[in-house]
Amino acid sequence: MNHLYSLKKYFLKYKSKLLFGVVFIFLSSVGYVYIPVAIKDAINELQTTMSYSTILSYALLIVGSSLISGIFRFYIRQTIIVVSREIEYDLRRDFWEHIQKLPLKYFQNTSTGNIMAHATNDINAVRMFIGPAVMYSIDTLIRFIMVIAIMASISLEVTLYSLLPLPILSILVYKVGKKIHERFTAIQEKFSELTTKAQENFSGIRVIKSYLREDFEIEAFTQLSKEYLHKNMRLVKIQALFQPILFLITGISVIIVVWMGGLKVISGELLLGDITAIIIYLGMLTWPMIAFGWVINIIQQAEASMKRLSIILSERFEIEDSKETNYAIKDLYGDIEFRNVTFSYGKHLKPVLKGINLKIPRGTTLAIMGGTGSGKSTLINLIPRLYDLSDGELLIDGHPVKSIPLSALRKNIGLVQQESFLFSDTIENNLAYGLHSFNESAVKNASRIARFDIDVRDFPSGYKTILGERGITLSGGQKQRASLARALVIDPKILILDDSFSAVDTHTEEEILINLREFMKNRTSIIISHRVSTVKDADKIIYIENGKIIEEGTHYELLALNGKYAEVHYKQMLEKELMELN
Amino acid sequence: MAQNYKQDDEILGKAYDAKLMKRLLKFVRPYKKYMVYAILLNIVVAVLGPVRPYLTKIAVDHSIANRDYSGLLLVTILLLASLVLQAVIQYFLTYYTQYLGQKTILDIRTKLFSHIQKLAASFFDKTPIGRIVTRVTNDIESLNELFSSGIIMIFSDIFIIIWILVFMFFMDLNLSLVTLSVIPVLMYGTFLFRKKVRDAFRDVRFHLARLNSYMQEHVTGISVVQIFNKEEDEKKSFAEINKDHKIANVNSIFYYAVFYPAVELISAIAIGLIIWYGGGEVIQSTLTLGTLFAFLQYTEMFFRPIRDLSEKYNIMQTAMASSERIFKLLDNNTFIPEAANPVKLPKIKGKIEFRNVCFAYSQDNYVLKNINFLIIPGETVAIVGATGAGKTSIINILTRFYDINRGQILLDDVDIRELTKNDLRRFISVVLQDVFLFSGTIKSNIGMNHPDISDNQIIEAAKLVGADKFIEQLPGKYDEDVKERGATLSVGQKQLISFARALAFNPQILILDEATSSVDTETELIIREAIQKLLVGRTAIVIAHRLSTIQNSDKIIVMHKGEIKEIGTHQELLALKGIYFKLYQLQYKDQEIAIS
Repeated sequence: MNHLYSLKKYFLKYKSKLLFGVVFIFLSSVGYVYIPVAIKDAINELQTTMSYSTILSYALLIVGSSLISGIFRFYIRQTIIVVSREIEYDLRRDFWEHIQKLPLKYFQNTSTGNIMAHATNDINAVRMFIGPAVMYSIDTLIRFIMVIAIMASISLEVTLYSLLPLPILSILVYKVGKKIHERFTAIQEKFSELTTKAQENFSGIRVIKSYLREDFEIEAFTQLSKEYLHKNMRLVKIQALFQPILFLITGISVIIVVWMGGLKVISGELLLGDITAIIIYLGMLTWPMIAFGWVINIIQQAEASMKRLSIILSERFEIEDSKETNYAIKDLYGDIEFRNVTFSYGKHLKPVLKGINLKIPRGTTLAIMGGTGSGKSTLINLIPRLYDLSDGELLIDGHPVKSIPLSALRKNIGLVQQESFLFSDTIENNLAYGLHSFNESAVKNASRIARFDIDVRDFPSGYKTILGERGITLSGGQKQRASLARALVIDPKILILDDSFSAVDTHTEEEILINLREFMKNRTSIIISHRVSTVKDADKIIYIENGKIIEEGTHYELLALNGKYAEVHYKQMLEKELMELN
Repeated sequence: MAQNYKQDDEILGKAYDAKLMKRLLKFVRPYKKYMVYAILLNIVVAVLGPVRPYLTKIAVDHSIANRDYSGLLLVTILLLASLVLQAVIQYFLTYYTQYLGQKTILDIRTKLFSHIQKLAASFFDKTPIGRIVTRVTNDIESLNELFSSGIIMIFSDIFIIIWILVFMFFMDLNLSLVTLSVIPVLMYGTFLFRKKVRDAFRDVRFHLARLNSYMQEHVTGISVVQIFNKEEDEKKSFAEINKDHKIANVNSIFYYAVFYPAVELISAIAIGLIIWYGGGEVIQSTLTLGTLFAFLQYTEMFFRPIRDLSEKYNIMQTAMASSERIFKLLDNNTFIPEAANPVKLPKIKGKIEFRNVCFAYSQDNYVLKNINFLIIPGETVAIVGATGAGKTSIINILTRFYDINRGQILLDDVDIRELTKNDLRRFISVVLQDVFLFSGTIKSNIGMNHPDISDNQIIEAAKLVGADKFIEQLPGKYDEDVKERGATLSVGQKQLISFARALAFNPQILILDEATSSVDTETELIIREAIQKLLVGRTAIVIAHRLSTIQNSDKIIVMHKGEIKEIGTHQELLALKGIYFKLYQLQYKDQEIAIS
């Protein structure tokens, strides 16, 4: 129960509503348990004296009690169950707000599916505890006490004997409920195995066909399906047994009443109405007895889910403002300096960057080249603090990067990532993503610079066209240009392009570069690229290999050096010649 | 935007479609007797519930009224007997109907899966994998409900209602009609509730889907959120979506909050009517107390089957929609045709000839134009060319993943379309650049669980390609688990495994798509040696990225934009100073530097 205790603050927030809910439960139960009393009196009266007028009033009393009980029952759901949805909302909000501040490192080690599972299954399990579990346990308890009291007042002896089988119900529901849950989990596991198998098979269908393994695969899949059937039947076995036993037990209670009550009516101790009432009450107790076992299971599952959620909620942000933060810094000028910077993705992992020393004065352009995995992207990700460096110093305008408020830092940096990610939203909302209020001219201007405006003209609804699954799909090059425009819209002091033209054809790229030249005046820019044509005009070019800068200089200096850069240059010239061939 | 979502959201059609039902029932045919037994048992078991109130009537009117102890005992025993009998039958009924459902969907599932296995590569290229997976998993699952509870429970509910009516009418016609007067209200209320709840749930599902896709998308694009400083703004947009979801749920609570009390009220009205009208009859002595007593119990009994029946509507609707999608896939006939009278080649020499081959994935968009070449048995031929030159398409058509549009491909002078696909693929092993490992063990990935490939052959193959060194170092050696496409193995190791796989099958013809991905120098050397061993003693076509392969090949085919531009040996082609010369300088020259 430890973990569920952390829900206290949410409960307290809605304490008045919950309190009302409990009162409503009480009132509703009063009406509800009165109905059998009215039935009892009516039948007893029919058995003894007979009068039309009283009969009608009993009938009306029954309907009236039900009405009162029903009205309060309505309000129970409107309070307690609604509160459970409110708390679900709060919990999900807190969960999400926490998630989105976690460092990128966290997302690299945790799959999206995993996070989604917590956000859906675990939160739902906790909600089941807050709503139905709380409602039914209070409801059950109140009804239980009232019903037993009334039953005992009618006939203590009959009540005691008839109630004998019922505790078995609770124990049974609890025990079997646990087993059902276990077997159900086993089914789900098999099902996901089946899904994985199908997924793997369809993805690897070519290999399967090449090696003539279709029949084997069919056999394996059939085997798995059979196991799945087996797991299902294991659950069916107890479920099929469970239901009949439930009504057997409740049925036996009723039979005890018929037998014992019948004897007592014959002997004149009880009237027929008394037995009727007791039988109806037994029916009323059945559900609470079942609910009791069920509620315990819900609580146990909620506890396990809350534990998992707590683990995520206690995950540290790592990259956030701290006491080193100097809130006086609001704007950046764009002087960047790396001093002996070393970085690795984990304490025990090999460093990806080793002893980087680099100065990028404001207003200049730095170009970075190097093979895949050389550390280029890592280097530039350190600037907006997507990762914090392991060792050394990174200064911006002379301030250690950690002393700059995170929002001020990122507000001034436009980073276009290697993999362009756009949201399933309209184009204009995507482009204006970094703005707090929409600015049409900024969006249009940025699209012009990024040469994205020509594409937008061809889209069905222009800037209002929706992207993604429910809209249009952009080509790789269009995505990259849209991402570039998105970064330009925020008018950054530092612009970083991480291989952002890889899918853009060279002709368009050249046009963009010309546009950018104008834009980049008075801004610091860093461009990662594989193409010499992209980097050749930069103020400085560095070549990175295995996390170290191995060549550094202007285009002509590096050509003269006749090293890696020169080699790449030579190859790309050949490539161009080849492409032009027919 | 919301409009868009709703249109896409599970379009449900009819709850009953005779054509689909007929096809579905075909799958039940092998288990027909279970179906018949289940329905027969249902008729029997349906009477056992309604008979009990009637027995209590007898107890009240006869045994108790006449102080007949033995009569009361008899009724009690009969009550107990009916209860026990019902429990026992119910157990078997549930068990066997579930069994019936499970067996039926097992058959449908395996049939569907086998069908998909035989579909052509073009189907898999065009259809998202996720969608195919859904067909064999979730869609089939929704059929389970139809077979296990749907059809049979509908019978059960109807029979229960019929039996209750029979007993009630038998006991007192007038009181029956008075009591039943609430039924239309109940049915209408239930119907209205189902409809409202269905709409409300559709709304909930729609908002849940929005919530989930928001989270999914923003977790995937979390770096964009953080880079653009948008945490605070995203908090607000999330709050809105989260709130919509909450409101949708609260709306659905409303219907439940109204419905359940309303049903209780209707039941109370029925009881009130029985007390009032029946009580009047008792006073006039036209009705016995026992009958009144029985009627009170019948009102309780009535409500469940009626509520159940309305639920079945949804089950049927979902099942129909799923079965329609399943049958559509079963009706998909994108197969590569098999020859009517296939030529049997017990053994081949390994001669391959392309004659004027033209090929397009989609109409008229030819990726291979007029390809002609001849490969003599035992030769190693390298195919080189820039990306998009058509190299991979050659693999696709030679193994008949796709059929060519024009021309002929001959294997030992037989058109490959004259052979069975199985024979063709038995002769040819393909090693693809993107190595696909299955979950299983190292062993199963090399031998592909083929019964004819012994453990010794697997180990032999691994040794030959030099994979045994790293395999021996794994904790489980050849039985080491391979997970999620070999996530724990390096690129080089995966390649070696795929080499061993090809070697274990010992094909007459080997097609090798060399990987371009860079590996460390040591692995590079091992791979290079492994390739040389693979090529010995068989016809080989290599899409070459390695200098060693090219230089040792008997012939190099240079492709450019879907056409063969140059054919010759390394030296000949270099001397030509054409495309190959340029490609060589571009792609392979640094290898030369690296080796020397």
